[in-house]
Amino acid sequence: MSVLVFIDQAEGIIKKSSFEVASYAAQTAKILNTTAEAIVLGKVQGTLSSLGNFGISKVHTIEDANLNHFDAQVYAKVIADATEKSGAQVVVFSNNTTGKAIAPRLSVRLKAGLVSGAVALPDTSNNFVVKKSVFSGKAFAHVSIKTAIKIIALNPNAFNIVKEDGAAEIIPFSTTVPNSRIEVTATNKITGDVPLGEADIVVSGGRGLKGPENWNLVTDLAQALGAATACSRPVSDIHWRPHHEHVGQTGLAIAPNLYIAIGISGAIQHLAGVNRSKTIVVINKDPEAPFFKAADYGIVGDAFEVVPRITDAIKKLKGIS
Amino acid sequence: MKILICISKTPDTTAKIGFADNNTKFATDGVQWIINPYDEWYALVRAIELKEADPSTTIHLINVGGADSEPIIRKALALGGDEAIRINSESSDSFFVASQIAQVAKEGNYDLIFTGKETIDYNGSSIGGMIAEILDLPFISHAIKLDIDSSNALIAREIEGGEETDKINLPLVVSCQKGMAEQRIPNMKGIMGARTKPLKVIEPSSTEEYTSIVSFDLPPAKAGVKLVSPENPEELVRLLNEEAKSI
Ligand SMILES: Cc1cc2nc3c(=O)[nH]c(=O)nc-3n(C[C@H](O)[C@H](O)[C@H](O)COP(=O)(O)OP(=O)(O)OC[C@H]3O[C@@H](n4cnc5c(N)ncnc54)[C@H](O)[C@@H]3O)c2cc1C
Ligand SMILES: Nc1ncnc2c1ncn2[C@@H]1O[C@H](COP(=O)(O)O)[C@@H](O)[C@H]1O
Repeated sequence: MSVLVFIDQAEGIIKKSSFEVASYAAQTAKILNTTAEAIVLGKVQGTLSSLGNFGISKVHTIEDANLNHFDAQVYAKVIADATEKSGAQVVVFSNNTTGKAIAPRLSVRLKAGLVSGAVALPDTSNNFVVKKSVFSGKAFAHVSIKTAIKIIALNPNAFNIVKEDGAAEIIPFSTTVPNSRIEVTATNKITGDVPLGEADIVVSGGRGLKGPENWNLVTDLAQALGAATACSRPVSDIHWRPHHEHVGQTGLAIAPNLYIAIGISGAIQHLAGVNRSKTIVVINKDPEAPFFKAADYGIVGDAFEVVPRITDAIKKLKGIS
Repeated sequence: MKILICISKTPDTTAKIGFADNNTKFATDGVQWIINPYDEWYALVRAIELKEADPSTTIHLINVGGADSEPIIRKALALGGDEAIRINSESSDSFFVASQIAQVAKEGNYDLIFTGKETIDYNGSSIGGMIAEILDLPFISHAIKLDIDSSNALIAREIEGGEETDKINLPLVVSCQKGMAEQRIPNMKGIMGARTKPLKVIEPSSTEEYTSIVSFDLPPAKAGVKLVSPENPEELVRLLNEEAKSI
């Protein structure tokens, strides 16, 4: 028995969402009186033993040329083998694009119930119940998993990392790795920027900014804060900003620590993607803008006057000149 | 080419979310139902475009739902589906729904099976991957572009931290999101024609349910907004730093 967590890595670098799931797996293992183990697929460069600092006791690694490119079908097969080998009773993923592709396949392979979009540790006082986000962040459901093996996909930014002291033991693992049926013809990584789904702070702009030429208001503030940038749907529809920045009901759903909305009215479909943010700041010249009802802090004012002064004040606070 | 589109019924995006029966059921009073936006705008419309380019294409719709799903199925037929199958069950378990769809899909020998990226009510993003695993097919999730080149699909998809383009032999399962197509409105001819298009109702096969919803709850209400004067925006920075401790 154990809790197994899939550690997503890109070019040997472990992502923040992976530390969250590692920590979540370790805390789940404590509830179940067992240990947490991790599985890492493909070539890794970093020092995986540091996963011990998040409560992981063993790391199963497997290198194979067929694993260097992500294919959910191949990954699910290998993770299923590892689950069986380690006797894991709970398998944890991040509910990011990678997790969303693998976890459902693994669920079928292992005949294991899946709860995706989890936001809290499982409640084992009465069966095994996991709280998940539903209705695009507008509500929660408590879902009971009835199968022997349980799979949980944890929403990014929903669980606080718990640091511990420890070093994980690295255990190479081998199994047959099938060939992928997908031929990858091109990849285009968005590098340099903070990935929106994982960002701690997000600065977002709406149609109130009037045009793409004014986006320096948003990007300057984001840069001063070390934040990612986002936008409302019309802004990406009219190509002021790239599609991957669109947040909301039909875009990305995010839950940063701090969300700053500039010139966004706060339509219900926009709120659906950002309402899980811890602190919401709204800057809008219309005091009746619906966004103020969902905000923690607000300024009723002209973004063109207010935002540069906020950016300057932040630079001053952080000692950036 | 044969395409199967999985369509689900969801509350309208502006619907008020509340619960009944001791918080065990979604309160449906006054709720307007729509086709899940990802299924309609992206999956179905892209299939219709493929049919416009190659008229020998057939588009079948499938829904697992009760009789109250029929208005949204008719709407999908009005937009351009050729025929529809409804599997008569209200189950909310993803594995149950995926198993029912996979059985029909297997018999129908489809070249492409489309789902939306996720339902906007359950937010499972699970059913496409499950169908693919049951049928032992490749699954391309979060597709933003799809073209067909003889027996291959050429797909651009979102991956963690970027985009990727793939070439995959048909058949396969694809989950669709923004970028695949643009929203359309059904025309009069489509609406009239939809009334007579075949809509077959079948009973579900017995399948195990892996999960069940125990209860729902709503997030705690916000305390209310603290307004800062536009004359003194520096005060906002102080509050975020000292009070909210978020910068
Ligand atoms: C099915 C469906 C799904 C949708 N999904 C999404 C989604 O995922 N995400 C999304 O964002 N939208 C979505 N929408 C659209 C949504 O309903 C709104 O139309 C959209 O969010 C409005 O964008 P906006 O706030 O940028 O623009 P507007 O509504 O035009 O608001 C602009 C705001 O800027 C303010 N403003 C103007 N000038 C200034 C200034 N100088 N300084 C400060 N403030 C100023 C105005 O007071 C106004 O409040 C969806 C709609 C539907 C029907
Ligand atoms: N009851 C259903 N009937 C048919 N298709 C469905 C049903 N539920 C979900 N789907 C499809 O599966 C996709 C993902 O759903 P989900 O896994 O619930 O987020 C949806 O976008 C639909 O295409």
